[in-house]
Amino acid sequence: MTRSLGPLILGRLAASAFSLAFVVVTIFAITAALPGDVADTLLGQSATPEAAASLRHAMALDQPAWLRFWHWAGDMLHADPGRSLLTGRPVAELVGPRLYNSLLLAGATAAVSVPLSLALGLACTMARGTVFDRAATVLMLGTVSVPVFLIATVAVFVFAVQFHLAPALADINAVHSPLQFVRVFLMPVATLSGATTAQMSRMIRACMIDVFSAPWIEMAVLKGVPPVRIVLFHALPNAIGPVVNAIALSLSSLLGGVVVVETVFSYPGMAGLMVDSVAARDVPVVQCCALIFCMVYLALTTLADVVAVASAPRGRDR
Amino acid sequence: MSAVGAFLSRGGRHGAMFAARLAPGPRRALGLLAVWFVIAFAGPLLAPHAPGEIVDRDVFAGVSLHHWLGTDYLGRDLGSRLLWGVRYTVLICTLSTLLSCCCGIVLGIAATATSVWVERVLGRLMDGLLSIPSLLFALLVIAAAGESIPALILTMGVIYMPGSYRTSRALALRIARADYVTAALARGEGRAFVILREILPNMTGPLLSDIGLRFVYAVLLLSNLSFLGLGVQPPLVDLGSLVRENVLGLAYGAPAVVVPTLVLALLTVGINLALDGRRP
Amino acid sequence: MTNLISVRGLRVTGRRADGGDVPIVRDVSLEARQGEVLALVGESGSGKTTIALALMGHARAGCGISGGEIEVAGHRVDRLDAAGLRAFRGRTISYVAQNAGSAFNPALTLHRQVIEPALTHWVLPRREAERRAVELFRAMALPHPETIGARYPHQLSGGQLQRLMAAMALITEPEVVVFDEPTTALDVTTQIEVLEAFRAVLAHRGITGVYVTHDLAVVAQVADRAVVLRHGAVCESDATAMVLERPRTAYARQLVEACHLPVRPARPAAAPADGAAAEPVLTVSDVIVGYGRVDARGLPARRILDGIDLSVPQGRILGIIGESGCGKSTLARTIAGLQPPAAGTLRFRGDILAGGVGHRTPEQRRRLQIVAQNADLVLNPAWTVGAILERVLEFFHGLRGVAARAEALRLLDLVHLPHALFDRRPMELSGGQKQRVNFARALAARPDLVLCDEITAALDPVVAAAILELMSELQATLGLSCVFITHDLHALRAVCDRVAVLLGGHVVEQCEAASLMDGAHHPYTQLLVSSVPEMRAGWLDEVAARRRATTPGPVPPAADGGCPFTPRCGLRVEGVCDRVPPPIINSPDGQRIACHLPPDELPVLPRT
Repeated sequence: MTRSLGPLILGRLAASAFSLAFVVVTIFAITAALPGDVADTLLGQSATPEAAASLRHAMALDQPAWLRFWHWAGDMLHADPGRSLLTGRPVAELVGPRLYNSLLLAGATAAVSVPLSLALGLACTMARGTVFDRAATVLMLGTVSVPVFLIATVAVFVFAVQFHLAPALADINAVHSPLQFVRVFLMPVATLSGATTAQMSRMIRACMIDVFSAPWIEMAVLKGVPPVRIVLFHALPNAIGPVVNAIALSLSSLLGGVVVVETVFSYPGMAGLMVDSVAARDVPVVQCCALIFCMVYLALTTLADVVAVASAPRGRDR
Repeated sequence: MSAVGAFLSRGGRHGAMFAARLAPGPRRALGLLAVWFVIAFAGPLLAPHAPGEIVDRDVFAGVSLHHWLGTDYLGRDLGSRLLWGVRYTVLICTLSTLLSCCCGIVLGIAATATSVWVERVLGRLMDGLLSIPSLLFALLVIAAAGESIPALILTMGVIYMPGSYRTSRALALRIARADYVTAALARGEGRAFVILREILPNMTGPLLSDIGLRFVYAVLLLSNLSFLGLGVQPPLVDLGSLVRENVLGLAYGAPAVVVPTLVLALLTVGINLALDGRRP
Repeated sequence: MTNLISVRGLRVTGRRADGGDVPIVRDVSLEARQGEVLALVGESGSGKTTIALALMGHARAGCGISGGEIEVAGHRVDRLDAAGLRAFRGRTISYVAQNAGSAFNPALTLHRQVIEPALTHWVLPRREAERRAVELFRAMALPHPETIGARYPHQLSGGQLQRLMAAMALITEPEVVVFDEPTTALDVTTQIEVLEAFRAVLAHRGITGVYVTHDLAVVAQVADRAVVLRHGAVCESDATAMVLERPRTAYARQLVEACHLPVRPARPAAAPADGAAAEPVLTVSDVIVGYGRVDARGLPARRILDGIDLSVPQGRILGIIGESGCGKSTLARTIAGLQPPAAGTLRFRGDILAGGVGHRTPEQRRRLQIVAQNADLVLNPAWTVGAILERVLEFFHGLRGVAARAEALRLLDLVHLPHALFDRRPMELSGGQKQRVNFARALAARPDLVLCDEITAALDPVVAAAILELMSELQATLGLSCVFITHDLHALRAVCDRVAVLLGGHVVEQCEAASLMDGAHHPYTQLLVSSVPEMRAGWLDEVAARRRATTPGPVPPAADGGCPFTPRCGLRVEGVCDRVPPPIINSPDGQRIACHLPPDELPVLPRT
């Protein structure tokens, strides 16, 4: 049985490696090979053809695309994403501290929303059909179907404008005590967690209900097994794979959420940097941020995939 | 089971009423979408003011007889701007959804109906596309190609194609395994007949749900982009940019920010709730 | 003597999607005494499982017990609260599910699941429970009782799992055990072992049983009393012998009759009327189908069908019988051109029939039609019945409009369906109606040969009997030739002229259907025929006694190249049967047996 596990996991890793290659090529292709080229953008309306040509030459944009890709990918491999077109500073210097901030935000959100979603998803499964379940389902669905900025706006309105519980802007430099930490992080994390938890617990509930429709759950009920034991002992071992996948998938929406939340709260994270760079057409920074985001996401989904494969109930290989 | 099925299909027995044979979920969602289309097309015609016209010196004004929904941060009539905003949101998202779903469905069916290699290559490509989070993908394209509306439509079309591909491929694969398809093949029916007459009619219900879902995703993405200032650009307006430009009004609880927010929620939550139907 | 189970006026209702209530069980009263086995008999939808679950205070999602008194072993089940029910279930009453393959948790070892009731109810300490489990495994005649519990459900066969499930039900020594169609999913040769194990344990421990089934022959073996259910209400309730031998209600009589299918009278092979040699409609020779690595000769390593030789004479019905996994469905797919063979040839009226359906001529495709097993899946739910028939008429005969409609209506007449169904969709039809439409569609092509793959497997006995009758009738009036694939010996005997017995991808025997029940046969045929339950009490004892006399010794290594029946054969010759492919013995009356035994040593079936 274990003998078939190795190749399966290797297969998943190979698929992820392919996806990574695809992502790298796509990011380059979109940002560097599309018509609106950086030289024109930088020089603006007043560009003379000569000036554009010399700038292109200076930026090596007159080389064929594959050669540029080769240099670019090589630089990325050496962790050298180049210099910002806007400020001229090395991209690594810009991204570094902001990456840390973003990871802090995402980590705090995950720490809140994963346990919360698990609890909520399991509670709904156990109480399915009751008023609690229905209310929770509608609430989750409602939350999933509104854009994150809407939740953020409501959070600002409630916490900052009405009750003055937390500042509307997350000034991360003002953190000197745990209380301040909580005040600064309260709204971004609450907003992100709200969105992510809704998504995650909805998916977990769907997975668990799927497992609960299995005949062996009815069998356990008819053996007189208590509900808590049914969930933990019978259902969970069979649901680990789908649940982990659900969590990983929800992290995709978390990434989207991070972009919006950082902007709304002026949180100095990487996503905010990326949005500003997109607006300014600062391509090297955009490329670097996108690549990091994609790699993080890919790493998470791959991990979830491997966990799902490894924890799948035996018996598929008969 | 069969009694319920009989009940459902009875309305459509004489062929005319296609919608009646659909499950209640997609049926209600379709109805809801139709209402939004009417608003998108007719709304701006009924708007009392041009969207860019400054009609009042009072910014963030409340509800009044002149301006049913108050004014925005420049003193423009919010009601009129809202009607235009709905038009752009609904139309951009509809076009991008149609683009992504048409491509996704065609490719999804092609993957099941042609060789294994087509399926493998397509599957890999779609997996690759799926591994770039949607908002990020949009940001990338906008960084390169700017915020023009065709670019937005195209980008969102590409972003949501893999999902549609997966759904339709899974559906087609399941139906292609059904014995009635086997029977048609054994009879010697052509591939086109099998796809159009045997497989496609049985995919419509679930596919409509999927399209509805993807429409909601598109609305969410577009609104997020516009809210970030990277979507629909002034002087054009959509629901997301309405919220963005009026967000300062939040401090006063101005209708200029509350109403577009509510309308947006009404659009997405409504369709999602309708689609979700009465599932346990 | 007091009743251990007593149900009065039980009502169970289901909620429809639109909020209305549908009665599923209506005013059912029944009782069973201590140590008795009560059978709940009925067709699908009769409410038998719902009643059995109600005895445990359980109703499936969307249903609820809405009235009546349920008393089991002194407990008023209808009045128990959640905690009371938990303490009652698995302790006082336990459950054996229909499909043990899906009723065991795939992620847990069998051992943990089997002793779980004992631990949950604090009946026994873990060590004691483990000991008792092993004891029960032994009583259930399971192989390796000490170690079998350490395995996972997917590693065991259906028959073994069903016995393990019974062991799980008995571990708390409950007073009542509910068996929900426990042998329906099993092959007949396995069913017999499981039935015997169940019965022995029930009798030995004096446990009261509730046995849910649709099979009256099984009822005859296990039950003391039988309750016949229909549409959620009691139709007849009496001692088993009375119900089976002297049913009072019309419906019970119908049920009993459906079990006594008339056997098709032997017919001589059609004489060549016009002087031409009676050429078979279909000939299958040396067909090999498989998967996996392909060797130098293009033959696959894992074979589903291995050297099949068959022919279907004009105007006759060839039955192919075998148990699950014997390759009979693959054979159907191969003949239909859906799974091309790796080797061997198919001939249709003397012409070579291409392996893939795409390479056959339109005429060949028209003349060879299939009626498949599951009518639910074989009729496109998006089409009306009329459209389904008209499409075939248009495709093969170019009929359109009024002509097509008239012909489609004639086909409906042919399969005894009312014209009103013309505009209906398959979802609105009953199972039997769907199968008739399925037939009509095949007949619309005006075929020479109809391939019927398990056409009655998904139907209730009464409906199945009617379909078989229809098939015989159509065959006679239209002069069709048929291949009839089935696992059901009764159905086989009711319609077939000739029989091929399939085992492990080999045809082990071919003979006339009329001679199937007596004379000398292949040992597997003999086992198969003698395993089909008969509807008389005591049959199980007789067979069990006979089996014990000829139990094969320890199982030798898997047969490779030899006879596929070797591991289970009581008459095997070690060193020969498991190595050398058996020779084919031809007898003058057309019987062909693939066996190493000399003809006079073959097992002989007693004439019944």
